[in-house]
Amino acid sequence: MLMFKNTLTRSRRYWLWIASLLFVILAGSLCYVLQLIHGLVVTGLSRDVSWGLYIAQFTFFVGIAASAVMVVLPYYLHDYQQFGRLTLLGELLAVTAVTMCILFIFVDLGQPSRIFNIVLHPQPQSVMFWDMIALGGYLLMNAVIAAVTLIAQRQHVPVPGWIKPVIILSIPWAISIHTVTAFLYSGLPGRSYWLTAILAPRFLASAFASGPALLILLCLALRKLTGFDAGREAIQKLAVIVTYALAINIFLILAEVFTAFYSEIPAHEEHFEYLFIGLNGDYRLVPWMWLSVLLSWVALALLLVPRWRANIPRLAVACAAIFISIWLDKGLGLIVGGMVPSPLGAVTRYVPTLPESTIVLGIWAVGALMITVFYKITLSIWKEN
Amino acid sequence: MKITRKDFLRLSGLGLLALAGRKAVRALSGWSFAQTSASAAKPIRWGMAFDLGKCRHKDGCNRCIQACHSTHNVPQFADRAHEIKWIWKEPFQNVFPAAQTDYTRDFYGSLPVLLACNHCDDPPCQDVCPVDATWRRDDGVVTIDFHRCIGCRYCMAACPYGSRSFNWQDPRPAIATVNPDFPTRTKGVVEKCNFCEERLAKGQGPACAESCEEKAIVFGDLEQPDSELRQLLRSRFAVQRKPELGTGPSVYYIV
Repeated sequence: MLMFKNTLTRSRRYWLWIASLLFVILAGSLCYVLQLIHGLVVTGLSRDVSWGLYIAQFTFFVGIAASAVMVVLPYYLHDYQQFGRLTLLGELLAVTAVTMCILFIFVDLGQPSRIFNIVLHPQPQSVMFWDMIALGGYLLMNAVIAAVTLIAQRQHVPVPGWIKPVIILSIPWAISIHTVTAFLYSGLPGRSYWLTAILAPRFLASAFASGPALLILLCLALRKLTGFDAGREAIQKLAVIVTYALAINIFLILAEVFTAFYSEIPAHEEHFEYLFIGLNGDYRLVPWMWLSVLLSWVALALLLVPRWRANIPRLAVACAAIFISIWLDKGLGLIVGGMVPSPLGAVTRYVPTLPESTIVLGIWAVGALMITVFYKITLSIWKEN
Repeated sequence: MKITRKDFLRLSGLGLLALAGRKAVRALSGWSFAQTSASAAKPIRWGMAFDLGKCRHKDGCNRCIQACHSTHNVPQFADRAHEIKWIWKEPFQNVFPAAQTDYTRDFYGSLPVLLACNHCDDPPCQDVCPVDATWRRDDGVVTIDFHRCIGCRYCMAACPYGSRSFNWQDPRPAIATVNPDFPTRTKGVVEKCNFCEERLAKGQGPACAESCEEKAIVFGDLEQPDSELRQLLRSRFAVQRKPELGTGPSVYYIV
């Protein structure tokens, strides 16, 4: 009787969660219809800041997608058995994140009905062409790997042999999706903030910190909500990976700061000044960028001490801090900071509008819905076993 | 170690493929160019020079801007964030930030300078466009297909001169009088100066140059050594915007 009541409340909570996600998706869709009717004028974007929240979210979630390699690689190449179950959860997270990326690109287009021109008139000299191949391939690979693994587990049979080469290929492919995404920006002349050879390494380091941090948070949430335990050792190993990636990311950011400010080349200093000090009276992003710095340093301190890292509430705080910190850095500062000041030195204020933010939240809700459904199916199969 | 090597190979392979693709496209376009211009004596490369001294003769003159914008149905939006401009003015210090000293800024810094698309020899906007909606023609004009553009604005991020505008909204209500000889645009596409390609096709020069009473805008063929433009560039000191980026602008400034 008690058990029955338990499932009932759990199920009520589950449907409440699904309903609220659907509500946010509906709100986002309505705002997108508004954008379709009036154009991108409903966003806070402008002639000078022509890319904003949409493209920044895309960049951030490519990182989340790529980070699945941090569980896939130890499990398949080093036979690290503790990551067995986490690997499937990671692959499903990758499928979700790439889907969100595609949606973010789609809502950013001025003429979405012409999207298939990318396929009809492929341009190999455009990095966007390679990004489409990289992301499309990665989505397909992870969807196939996750589906095949789940079906095999449900039928109590080993995974078919042909999937192994696909898994091995997905490892360098994961690195490629974020490298190509960095090349979208780092090859542009006249955008000093992005024109740096360590943009791709920085993207990878921040991805391998934020992605596994999110996976740890998801596992902790699963344990609380469903009782599924990913295993203490697996979580701790993931925490070590996050620690290394975060330290490397902080190092790379400091290396950028050194080059910009020791060389004192104005074009390189300006973007950092805009983000961290404020330029021409625009200080809008300054507190957020410093919050990002503060959170990443606090998280690093919490993670560096093994005793603190082993404490689950503390680990959760550190992971949340990393996720927020890297979201601020990559999902906000990176794109806007690269566009301000403009090539003509203009400092243009960019504030996302309500419809724009609602569309972004709607896509986040699509992601949350996908991950909820995927994990529910997975856990029910594991429970049966 | 194994992964790093594999990644490196994959990535260098990717880079090589992209490079090969680009080279192939270049070679092919070069080849077709050779085919079509076999009869023509010399290739054309259109260029322009703004004589800043002459341009300043009449204070507040905007004839060229008005001529261009009315010819090309450029909408007029009051709000700076969403404006569309093909040719416009900016203070000297914004256009040539490196050509300033602390002692010249007071006088030169705020002087207005005309800007338009530079019609680069190697345009970054063309390289990044994922749908081939913008390209450099054989005569050097960088043009846009308004019907193919998907509005991703990658070209706006790639242009180091801020020459491109995006239609954030339907431009048609903001056009005072529509010129029926030139298409109006729809919302969601990028546009910019086209060196008056539609007038060039009829043997006319650009509308801005024609409208200038001071003859401050000189248009011509950079490949013709005896063209008015080349003679001007020989006799007067001229600069390009950001030549260090290697884009090869076709627009020159006589300072």
